[in-house]
Amino acid sequence: MLSVNNLAARIEEKEILRGLSLDLPAGQVHAIMGPNGSGKSTLGYVLAGHEGYEVTGGSVTFGDADLLAMEPEARAAAGLFLAFQAPLELPGVNNANFLRTALNAIRRAHGEAELDAVGFLRLARAEAKRLAMPDDMLKRNVNVGFSGGEKKRNEVLQMAILRPKLAVLDETDSGLDIDALRIVADGVNALRGPEFSALVITHHQRLLDHLVPDRVHVLSKGRIVRSGGPELARELEANGYAGVVADAA
Amino acid sequence: MPAVTETIDTVQSLTQSGYKWGFETDIEMDIAPKGLTTDTVRMISAKKGEPEWLLEWRLAAFAAWEAMVEPNWAKVGYPKIDYQDIHYYAAPKRPAPKSLDDVDPELLAMYEKLGIPLKERAVLAGVEGAGMEGVIGSGNPNIAIDAVFDSVSVATTFRDTLAKSGVIFCPISEAVREHPELVRKYLGTVVPVSDNYFAALNSAVFTDGSFVFIPKGVRCPMELSTYFRINAKNSGQFERTLIIADDGAHVSYLEGCTAPMRDENQLHAAVVELVALDDAQIKYSTVQNWYPGDANGRGGIYNFVTKRAACRGARSKVSWTQVETGSAITWKYPSCILQGEGSVGEFYSVAVTNNRQQADTGTKMIHIGKNTRSTIVSKGISAGRSDNTYRGLVRILPRASGARNHTQCDSLLIGDQCGAHTVPYIESRNPTAKVEHEATTSKIAEDQLFYCRSRGLSEEDAVGLIVNGFCKEVLKELPMEFAVEAQKLLAVSLEGSVG
Repeated sequence: MLSVNNLAARIEEKEILRGLSLDLPAGQVHAIMGPNGSGKSTLGYVLAGHEGYEVTGGSVTFGDADLLAMEPEARAAAGLFLAFQAPLELPGVNNANFLRTALNAIRRAHGEAELDAVGFLRLARAEAKRLAMPDDMLKRNVNVGFSGGEKKRNEVLQMAILRPKLAVLDETDSGLDIDALRIVADGVNALRGPEFSALVITHHQRLLDHLVPDRVHVLSKGRIVRSGGPELARELEANGYAGVVADAA
Repeated sequence: MPAVTETIDTVQSLTQSGYKWGFETDIEMDIAPKGLTTDTVRMISAKKGEPEWLLEWRLAAFAAWEAMVEPNWAKVGYPKIDYQDIHYYAAPKRPAPKSLDDVDPELLAMYEKLGIPLKERAVLAGVEGAGMEGVIGSGNPNIAIDAVFDSVSVATTFRDTLAKSGVIFCPISEAVREHPELVRKYLGTVVPVSDNYFAALNSAVFTDGSFVFIPKGVRCPMELSTYFRINAKNSGQFERTLIIADDGAHVSYLEGCTAPMRDENQLHAAVVELVALDDAQIKYSTVQNWYPGDANGRGGIYNFVTKRAACRGARSKVSWTQVETGSAITWKYPSCILQGEGSVGEFYSVAVTNNRQQADTGTKMIHIGKNTRSTIVSKGISAGRSDNTYRGLVRILPRASGARNHTQCDSLLIGDQCGAHTVPYIESRNPTAKVEHEATTSKIAEDQLFYCRSRGLSEEDAVGLIVNGFCKEVLKELPMEFAVEAQKLLAVSLEGSVG
């Protein structure tokens, strides 16, 4: 599904990713953990195509496509979704209208018929209900006046509606209480299947209790320094990153 | 076709052609020599077969204009206009048509191309013109249209239908002949001949425009609309519109405008006067799409316009809605004189400037009567290297007890080379009055665009969503069929403003 080879990227003059390699097979969920500043969020932005980051080396294939050659909107159409750590506010833009425009842009890219307002609202209401989001969140402006937790849930709602093949969740668990955490995890679990993969960037074991990963990778200074099964996350929770990062150095 | 695809197609077709209304029509014209003297004024008056009183009125205006100086307080810059280098009269040679069947086929073809069908049959049959984006009234069977081409009105549709309910809708030059008592009673009473430099110029040389009279208690059965087209080279357009709503009358009127693309600037100095008597309501909407000049600021229309409404009657109401996307320079302040007790004035505006465009626009709300109310919602969008200024006056006079005003003034910046300016003037001379002013300035951030794109939207769609979201309070005030056109026009005007 996703294959990252020796990826290097920088923002302005600062090298952040320094030869990162990762294979994420279809149907799997991998967790990315690591200390602050190790490059976790940068990986998410580079995969989604943020123009502020310059790729200086390596390659990324997504399905059969050269991901790095694609515009951000083409990546979305190909099935990539990034749940932002800090979702942006769009004043005056109605959440439902935003989501429908996005969904229809993607459907159009696939040569599918667009969904009309009625059909879309039916879909969106059903998904919102599953995420225990009040209906009025669809009517409000995108992320404007949302609490931190609401913004994160709104990201998961977008993911549920856009149905990506690969979701990159950038600290979607931060700022969520225990109940919200479970709802978000359930939202991702509901999408799990042979056609869906996820890269879950997180600091905490607690999300991984609900959203059990197939693999856990530890990122340090722009490289993956250790990989393992779900037990690796528990080890990190108990002992911190110091041992893992020092081993690698 | 789905709306979004259609917008994208529109945007693409415009990327190639720039301004799609920019073609020129080859019509045999009767053009006055360049220059402006009392002889020019006499010539125009004679061409129109005007009565003596109107010629005197024009000459008084001309004398006033000669004694005035061009205003320079607006935040706009342009080279000095040579008023002697303009043709003040340009009309198609063919004699004025008696009915729609007599209109020059070339002209009909041009209006078809603009998406303004002037055949009632065609309109009734729902035949739609091609390339109608951004223009008004296209193919809608419920709209009567007056078409003003350079200096004269070339056709007015649905006059008979309107006459049945007593509504008068005709070229103002015809109203001078057919309804002199009405014209004489109201002309120049809202905007006096010496009101300002451009109004005085207009009063001296105005050539045509629309006249509307809605009698007592009548709700006008259809939307009225005037479509202005400048075609002739080196000519100015000086139209004059007068709308009177008698007691309890209601009318909704819409104007649209386009011009060919030329390297020279052209002057458009119009005057619009509205009179609302007791309980009357006038809704006046503008979709202004004059040629804005090229990306380097060459060419384009100077749109120097005086629009004012007198709410003379108790509980009368005037609502101005404008979507201003065109013109190289816009200088325009549609205003309301709230004289009648409990009268209401509203101003809803979206002004978009891109490339080198300059706009200095806003409103004046003059509260004279008791319990008068006004609402101002202004949305300015600046992109490219443009400058966009909101200038507004709220004046509460001593007798206006209980007057209320609320002003909301928002600016949106796209890119980092444009300017947005807000210049509110508030004068209150009555202690019971309440005046509120809110203002915001925001910018479309790169990260907002990236967020949208990461969800599958193209950059154009993303800008369109954000801009339409920003303007929606104003767009919802437009008659419905025009709101859609206005949204497309916004997308088109901002084409190429990001990335």
